[in-house]
Amino acid sequence: MTDPMRVPALQLRDVRKSFGKTEIIRGTDLVVQSGERVAIIGPNGAGKSTLLNLISGRSPLSGGDILLHGQSIQGKKPFEINRLGLSRSFQITNIFPKLSVFENLRCSVLWSMGYGYSFWRFLADLHDANAAALALMARIGLARKRDVLAMDLTYAEQRALEVGITMGGGANVILLDEPTAGMSASETSHFVALIREAAQGKTLLTVEHDMGVVFGLADKIAVLVYGEVIAFDSPEAVRADPRVQEAYLGSAVADAQADAAKRRA
Amino acid sequence: MSTAPYAGARWGSIWLWLAFAIAMLAMPRIFDSGLSITMLSQMGIAIIACLSYNMLLGQGGMLSFGHAVYTGLGAFVAIHALNAWCAGSPALPVSLVPLIGGLAGMGFAMLFGYVTTRKSGTTFAMITLGLAELVFAMSLMVPEFFGGEGGVSGNRVVGAPVLGISYGPAVQVYYLIALYTLVCVVLMYAFTQTPLGRLLNAVRDNPERVEFIGYNPQRIRYTAFIIAGFFAGISGGLGALNFEIVNAEVVGAARSGAYLLFTFLGGATFFFGPIIGAVLMVLAFVMLSELTKAWLLYLGAVFMLMVMYAPGGLASLIMLNVRLARHGKMRALLPAYGLLALSVSGCALGFSALVEMVYHRQLDAAMGPVLRFLGLALDTSSVLHWSGLLVYLGVAIRSFAWTRRRFALQWNVQHQIMEDERLRAATAP
Repeated sequence: MTDPMRVPALQLRDVRKSFGKTEIIRGTDLVVQSGERVAIIGPNGAGKSTLLNLISGRSPLSGGDILLHGQSIQGKKPFEINRLGLSRSFQITNIFPKLSVFENLRCSVLWSMGYGYSFWRFLADLHDANAAALALMARIGLARKRDVLAMDLTYAEQRALEVGITMGGGANVILLDEPTAGMSASETSHFVALIREAAQGKTLLTVEHDMGVVFGLADKIAVLVYGEVIAFDSPEAVRADPRVQEAYLGSAVADAQADAAKRRA
Repeated sequence: MSTAPYAGARWGSIWLWLAFAIAMLAMPRIFDSGLSITMLSQMGIAIIACLSYNMLLGQGGMLSFGHAVYTGLGAFVAIHALNAWCAGSPALPVSLVPLIGGLAGMGFAMLFGYVTTRKSGTTFAMITLGLAELVFAMSLMVPEFFGGEGGVSGNRVVGAPVLGISYGPAVQVYYLIALYTLVCVVLMYAFTQTPLGRLLNAVRDNPERVEFIGYNPQRIRYTAFIIAGFFAGISGGLGALNFEIVNAEVVGAARSGAYLLFTFLGGATFFFGPIIGAVLMVLAFVMLSELTKAWLLYLGAVFMLMVMYAPGGLASLIMLNVRLARHGKMRALLPAYGLLALSVSGCALGFSALVEMVYHRQLDAAMGPVLRFLGLALDTSSVLHWSGLLVYLGVAIRSFAWTRRRFALQWNVQHQIMEDERLRAATAP
C-alpha cells in the first residue's frame, strides 16, 4: 500500500474552497491509493459534497491542487476530468428523465468506447456499446425496465440508474455522493451489495451518513469536520481516535459496528 | 408503459418511406390545379424547415426564436447563386441551387451558433431573438445583398434544359422539391438514430449530467445547430427557386414565429410531428387566410388551447389514441368522444361567430350591418343578436367544460384498465 513508486489514484494537496468570504474547505490533504475504498464522513455542513464537487470539477478550486493519477485537474472541465477516468454520482438524482433506461445507460458508455460526437453511424450498429449497456442494465437490476422512461421509475430504481450511469464509462475512480440517501433499510442493504460488486477493483470515494453503509463499503474512513480532514485511517483506528470522538461521532460508530457485528453473527 | 419517442433502428421503415414517396409523386396528379401545386411545393419546403427546427426544439430542447435567419439567409445566398452562376459557364445546374442554400445556412449556423449555443434555456432563447432582430435590421441596411424593399428576384429557367427539365412549369419545381424533401426527411430521421442524435436528447433532458459522462454539452448543441442550419438553408434555397423572389420577410420574426408555432402544433416530441405542423402551416397561410380576415386570431387561440390541453401537439394526440385503439379500448370511449366533438364544435361555432361579428363591425361596416355567417344572417347592429350569441356561447362553454370532465374521467378509466392488464400480463407466470 505504501509503495513509493506507485502513483496514488487521487491526491488532494492543501485544497481550499471559499464561497464569498466563507471558507468551506480549509486546506484539505488526502491521498487515496488506487483500489482503496474510502468513505468521507462528517457532520452536516462539513463540506463533504463540496469536496466531491471540487474533485469532479463541478466547482473550481479556490486554492491548492488535486491530482488524478498524478495529473493536475486544476481548471479542467467536468467532461475532461471524466475522460481522465473519474466518474461521479449525485446526491439528488441526476439522470435523463425522458430517455429509456437502456438509452440512459447507452449514453453513459458512448465516450469511453470512442464513439465521440459521431453522426455518421447508427447506434444500432454499435454492438459493443449496446452489449455494455445491456450488461450494465442487468448488473443494476433493471433488465426488466429496459424501455421504461427514467422518469417513470421508482425512486430506488432511479438511484440504481444513477449509479449505473456513473459506472458506465468504465472510470477507475468513482465518487458516490450519498448513494443510499432516501432509501429504506432493505433497499439500502441490497444497494450496498450492488455497489460493492460494481466497484470491484476500482478506487471508491463515498460520502455517506449511514454508518451501516460506511462499514459495508469502506476500508478507510476520512473524517471531515469544518473543512478539514481530522482523521484518515481504518474504521477501527478512526473509531479509537479521541479527536474524532470529541469532534463528532464516537457513539454513532460504536452503534453501527455493534449492529454490523450482530448482522454478521 | 411509456413509449419512448425516437425509438427505432437505422433508416426507419422502408415501407413508410415508400408510401411517403408515392404520396408525394401522386399528389400533383390528384390535386392538379395551379394553386394546389404551389401549395404542395410550399408544404415540401415547410416540412424541411419545421423538421430542421425540431432538431433544436424537440430533440435538443433549444427554443430558438430565430430559425428564419438560417432558412432566410439560405434563400438569399441561393438566389444570388442562381443569378450569378447558373447562366454562366461552366454553369451551376439549377437543381443544385438548394444545396448552395444549405451550405449557406450551415455557414451562418457555424458563425451565429458559436455564440448562441454556448448557453441553453432562457438565455439561448433570448440570444436567438436578439440575433434574429439583428439580421432583420441588417436586411434593411445592406440593400446590395438583401435587395431592399423589393427583394432579390431571379429566373430559374436558365441554362440548357437537362433531360428536358427546364424548371419552367411549376410541377417540375414541385418534383425537385419533393425529391429534396424525401432525402432530407430520411436523413434527418437517420440523424435521430446516431450517437450525436441521442446525446442531443440527453443534453435536452439534463445538460449537467452529460458533462459527467465525458461529453461537452456545448459542442453537442453546436454541432446539432450546424446540422439544423444546413437543412434550414436547403429549405430556404428551395423557396428561392419556387418563388423566384426573396425579400426581407424571409428572415423576419413572423417567419421564425411560424416555425415555432407550427412545429409545436404538429408535435415536437415525435419525429413526424413537425411534418403535420408544416402541412397545417401552408393550409393556414394559404387557405385559412382566404377564408377569414381573423385567421391569425384563430391560429393564436388554437395554439393557446394546444399549449394548455395537449402540450405534446397533434402527434402525441394521435399516438395516444392509436395506443388506445390497439388495446381495444377505443370503442368504450366513442360516446364520450362524440359528445366532446359536439361541444367543441359548438364552442368553436359560437366563438367564430363572435369574432366575425366584431371584425365585420370594425372593418366591413361599410357593407351594411348584416353579416352572412354559415347561412345565418347576423345583424351587428342588433342588441338581441349580440346578447343571444353571448348566451349561446356561455351555454356552449359550460357544456364543453362538462363533457371535457366526463371525457377525462373515462379516458383515465380506460388507461387504468390498460395499465392493470399490462401489470397482470407482466406478473403472470
